[in-house]
Amino acid sequence: MDNLVEIRGLRITFAGAVDVVTGLDLDIPAGKTLCLVGESGCGKSVTAKAILQVIDHPGRVSGGAINLRQANGDVLDIAATRPTSPVMRHVRGADIAMIHQEPMSFLSPLYTIGNQISEALTLHRKVSEKEARAEGIKMLEQVGMPDPERRYDSYTFQLSGGQRQRAMIAMALINQPRLLIADEPTTALDVTTQANILDLLAQLQRDSGMAVLFITHDLGVVAEIADEVAVMYLGKIVERGPVKEVLENPRHPYTRGLLASMPRLDGDFKAPLKAIPGMVPPPALRPTGCSFHPRCEWAVAGFCNTISVLETELGNDHMVACHAYGPQAGRIDRSAARATAAVAAIEKREESAEPLLSVRDLHKHFPIRAGFFQRQTGAVRAVNDISLDIYPGETLGLVGESGCGKSTLGQTIVGLHRADSGAIRFADGSHEPVDLLTARGATAKRLRTDIRMIFQDPTGSLNPRMRVRDIIGEVLQVNSRYSAGEIEARVQVLLSRVGLSPDYAERYPHAFSGGQRQRIAIARALASDPRLVIADEAVSALDVSVQTQIINMMKSLQAEMGLTYLFVSHDLGVIANISDRVAVMYAGRIVEIGSTEAIFRNPRHPYTEALLAAIPGRGVGKSTDRIRLGGHVPDPSRQVAGCAFADRCQYAQPACRAVMPPLDGTPDHRFACIRADELRLRTVTGKPEMVDA
Amino acid sequence: MGSFMLRRIIYVIPALIAVSLISFLVIAIPPGDFVTRTAELRAAQGDIMPIAEQEAMRRAYGLDLPIMVQYWNWISGVVLRGDFGYSFSFNLPVKDVIWPRLGLTVVLSVASLLFIWVVAIPIGIYSAVRRYSAGDYVATFLGFLGLAIPNFLLALAVMYVAFAWFGMNVGGLFSPEYLEAPWSWDRVLDLLNHLWLPMIVLGTAGTASVIRVIRANLMDELHKPYVTAARAKGKGEFGLLMKYPVRHALNPFVSGQNDIFVEIVSGGTIVAIVMGLQTTGPLLLDSLRTQDMYMAASFILMLSVLVVVGTLLSDLLLAWLDPRIRYQQG
Repeated sequence: MDNLVEIRGLRITFAGAVDVVTGLDLDIPAGKTLCLVGESGCGKSVTAKAILQVIDHPGRVSGGAINLRQANGDVLDIAATRPTSPVMRHVRGADIAMIHQEPMSFLSPLYTIGNQISEALTLHRKVSEKEARAEGIKMLEQVGMPDPERRYDSYTFQLSGGQRQRAMIAMALINQPRLLIADEPTTALDVTTQANILDLLAQLQRDSGMAVLFITHDLGVVAEIADEVAVMYLGKIVERGPVKEVLENPRHPYTRGLLASMPRLDGDFKAPLKAIPGMVPPPALRPTGCSFHPRCEWAVAGFCNTISVLETELGNDHMVACHAYGPQAGRIDRSAARATAAVAAIEKREESAEPLLSVRDLHKHFPIRAGFFQRQTGAVRAVNDISLDIYPGETLGLVGESGCGKSTLGQTIVGLHRADSGAIRFADGSHEPVDLLTARGATAKRLRTDIRMIFQDPTGSLNPRMRVRDIIGEVLQVNSRYSAGEIEARVQVLLSRVGLSPDYAERYPHAFSGGQRQRIAIARALASDPRLVIADEAVSALDVSVQTQIINMMKSLQAEMGLTYLFVSHDLGVIANISDRVAVMYAGRIVEIGSTEAIFRNPRHPYTEALLAAIPGRGVGKSTDRIRLGGHVPDPSRQVAGCAFADRCQYAQPACRAVMPPLDGTPDHRFACIRADELRLRTVTGKPEMVDA
Repeated sequence: MGSFMLRRIIYVIPALIAVSLISFLVIAIPPGDFVTRTAELRAAQGDIMPIAEQEAMRRAYGLDLPIMVQYWNWISGVVLRGDFGYSFSFNLPVKDVIWPRLGLTVVLSVASLLFIWVVAIPIGIYSAVRRYSAGDYVATFLGFLGLAIPNFLLALAVMYVAFAWFGMNVGGLFSPEYLEAPWSWDRVLDLLNHLWLPMIVLGTAGTASVIRVIRANLMDELHKPYVTAARAKGKGEFGLLMKYPVRHALNPFVSGQNDIFVEIVSGGTIVAIVMGLQTTGPLLLDSLRTQDMYMAASFILMLSVLVVVGTLLSDLLLAWLDPRIRYQQG
């Protein structure tokens, strides 16, 4: 058998009766990377945990076999092994190791990372404490941890996100396992860090010849790292095959839907995305027949919803479980695609228009206090001398790594922070232009209804003790210009506007899914007829298909209501799709700002180039071609003389460190790099491509 | 860490000054003093105390001075000379009365706290790990019983059982022959012999609440991701339990321990009266009734110092246990 693990008919049951995984068959080939793809709620993680028998109560493996080929050639059925038995304990960590999505919560903050890494070693090998330490440091070095000797004695909260993930990888690999299970290991990371971690995993896999089961929802990551792909929907594999086959020639409508809902970075960025309608139902409400049929555009009534699907081999190791390829394929018309909801084209802003919002020389510093008397010893320069304009009716995308100050900028505009200096001028055309920072009284009150915010986490930003009606209507109640009846009517209108049923007004937020909650948050932001909406990572916490639904909705709301968006995100694909113009932030400053086309097709700042290069899965050929950013955003409390990016820039010269580069260029495309004119930077498609200005 | 500790210790100083001022004022401000009280007692016996004699007595005790001067005289004595003033009713310096009592109070309170930990922590861990098992239900039932029964009632019942069935000498912390004896090895043994009964009585309510706290904290931690991660490394269940979830659950527990200590120190008065314990509670009550002000103020001051020091210790212990506090507030 060429496969390291063969899973046959695996069934995982929760709380007695609900089958989360139903008869899953999956082979994990030795020495290759298999990607398991699907939306959240499909059973990917629980399948991975079943392989290690570490499913949390009340879940359990209730049927099937997980056959692991052991090093001596014997086959061990993990599903039939007691989870607490010594055999199972030996398999865990030694034969099969796992890394997880959130290293912050999967590593204990009470022990040093060195303690936790060497623990993995001493559990399986008799080594002295000193040897364990030496091995641990060696492993940290192998996973590219800077200064491993010192980091070995660090706690998780003293490390950056990327370093934590490296520590967890070191912990998993210290016993040289034959299978590494990676459960969304890069989802919580910045795009630049993600690129580095993916490179690291690929290299470690090549060097050690271990097999990798890589779980992700991001098809870009799949393209980057996979040898084979298995697409999972509601506890079953619906399509499986070599990565090239599945991504270039997807057969199952679910795979096609996932691919279509991914923002494109070649061709027309702004082409409307096709979202898979609806969402993954809870396993207890698994549809009959083919469980995908309620969301499928090919579904034939009386057939797909009654007869369960079988797997069909298509040749080239390509398997699909869909009636459209089965024995009765004739009954399904594969061209019968549902018309996508027309997304109204957004009119271009008039060139002469006055900006709705002009930010000038804005500063926001947070003091750092230390020492015995808590004196201010420095400042985090979160927003550092920022000037930008937002025109009525447009979307300005704000992008950058975490810690670059993009959220602080949004929060300062909306008034959650008090700026230290600078000006924010708001001119909505119907009132006198006002400065947000000096506005008081009635003007300030009006501004709070004109400028609204959507937050990243819809669970945290909706009060769980308030009904949806009160959540949405609160801003109207506070402004007391409306009667109760008017508010009620307006809430109903808003709910249907964001695609929710008006009866939902009486419910509480816990009754909704993440995507629905974000719709409620959007309805709340729109309740007061705002002019400017600041969306702070508004779709980052959502699944791909739901993300696409929300983006499409935000675009059509913008066209209908003439909204202006400041869209803050770390996801360049989303930014490319929704923005008219893009501002790239680094260390509290804007380093490049221009039209979306200009930023993606003709980047002039090396940081922009590096961000674009880090987007996974654009098939940028040889690894020598790659641009990878080492390190991370500089400590924002340190004042640097020259360009803040110089330490990570591959084109940096001594001159860069001497003076702060000004934001120059044409009025439509400005960039802060003194070498911009001599550099030929690569675009989003990886080729140096100059668009004539 | 050093700066954190230093700052915490320095924060204690203003707290102690405030505590000493308040404890003195609480005693001194209400109308009447030890002299009035004495005069009333004498009057009840038909012996009228002339005003002049009362005034002379006030002058002798310094009770005619302004309150702040009295406070200053008292507190400067306490701080500079360890002199807590004079007990009117005992006719002894307060410090001669207070120290032995305080010592026994501390010994009894610490013993009760240790008893609570030894009993409650393993039961709490068991209850959380074997949730909804028969053992968990028994522990929960006994825990609620322990919370519900008033301590003094339990004291009476335990004393009766110990005396009637086992013929033990109950009540007090010493046998009669050691009561006034100087400290010796035999006296210590005698103390230990008497200590366990009040220790259990004082500890039951605390034990019950600690079981609940440990159970709840631990249940939150048992299914945290880092537990799964450690299990996936191949760690055995018992080692896993002790190293990760129990250790994490201890932090909120440690910060709550001071409250229990305070409760034992200040809440033991009724039990001490019922069981005839030579701790601070009964004496404090007496001195308040006789308006023996230096005695009362000194007791309140020293009990407050115990509480403040207890808080400091639990803060420092927490910092020692939790690197997040150590490194992020330093």
